[in-house]
Amino acid sequence: MNMWKEFTKGFIKENPVFVLLLGMCPTLGVTGSAMNGLGMGLASTAVLLCSNTVIALIKNLIPDKVRIPAFIVVIASFVTIVDLSLEAFLPDLYEQLGLFIPLIVVNCLILGRAEAFASRKSVGVSIIDGAGMGLGFTFALTALGGLREILGSGAIFDFKFIPETADGMLLFIMPPGAFIVLGFLIAFVNALMKKKTA
Amino acid sequence: MAEEKKKLESTFVNMVLVLTAIALTSALALGFTYTKTKPFADEVRARKLAEAIEAVVPEFDELSKPFKVDGFERLELYHAKKGGEVVGTAVKSVSDQGFSGDVWVMVGFDAQGNVYNTEILEHRETPGLGTKMAMPSFKDQVKGKNPSQFKVSVVKDGGDVDAITAATISSRAFCDAVQIAYDALIKGGGK
Repeated sequence: MNMWKEFTKGFIKENPVFVLLLGMCPTLGVTGSAMNGLGMGLASTAVLLCSNTVIALIKNLIPDKVRIPAFIVVIASFVTIVDLSLEAFLPDLYEQLGLFIPLIVVNCLILGRAEAFASRKSVGVSIIDGAGMGLGFTFALTALGGLREILGSGAIFDFKFIPETADGMLLFIMPPGAFIVLGFLIAFVNALMKKKTA
Repeated sequence: MAEEKKKLESTFVNMVLVLTAIALTSALALGFTYTKTKPFADEVRARKLAEAIEAVVPEFDELSKPFKVDGFERLELYHAKKGGEVVGTAVKSVSDQGFSGDVWVMVGFDAQGNVYNTEILEHRETPGLGTKMAMPSFKDQVKGKNPSQFKVSVVKDGGDVDAITAATISSRAFCDAVQIAYDALIKGGGK
């Protein structure tokens, strides 16, 4: 099995946001700025890595009919652990993301990888898959957040490049802006892939 | 690809045992994490609260224990004393008028009941819009004002505070929290 391929597929070819369209709730909800996107992406990656590892380890112990509740308990536990740890050790990041962390539980990207990948493959590949998919998710959220921040606030990573008192195009910070920018990004990625295969 | 290994069969006993085992492991892990992280989280929270109080009242050397005022159950008041005399009061105030839920504001008053300073503690307002509440150009409008003369509500509602563009609701919530803090101060916290 080609490990490198399993890792890189998450970035463009099977990018969870641009191609698989998984985990839309945090994708649209938290990407008002590049920093929020990055933080949410990394927190999700941490949970995904842990859940993929554990689920790949115990996959043969889980009777098929109760696999979904089993996965959900594993995922929810890791989310709570990340939540508690962030609050204690990275309070500033927690202040920004605190609300969205519990949402990771219902991020279908994580359950999706558990169901489609980790419950069928070995531990090693599952970790690679988790890392690739997680970083692909992070990349997508940061790009989306960055674009929205540039258009909506006239800033990038909180560094403002238009006059302090000026406003950006407010629409892009608000929920409709998330849909619009995401639409254009998906179109761009599709065009890119078409070119590659043609 | 290698043939899939045999999974545990879905019998009644297997399902109950496995789910119980997973839930038990999860409970242990969470209990452990919680007890390990709690002291740190408490410390962070206490430090943040202390910093906020310090930022909103005049210089003090002694802080009273938090106390409550009847009718304002969610609020906490702190007297700041210097040389035994009350020089200011910090009110941890909350408004439920926010765009998405509660807006917590630490409002500090000097001994005359003027707003000394304010500090936004916690909120869930829209990033980039409602979050501008924390900018001095907005929140410092109430600084040094006495809510008995200065109408702490947005211009649109007939008040004296200029709302943030595109975030009138957040601006209202902020004013509401300041007004509630003042009401509590007058009712029970005044010197």
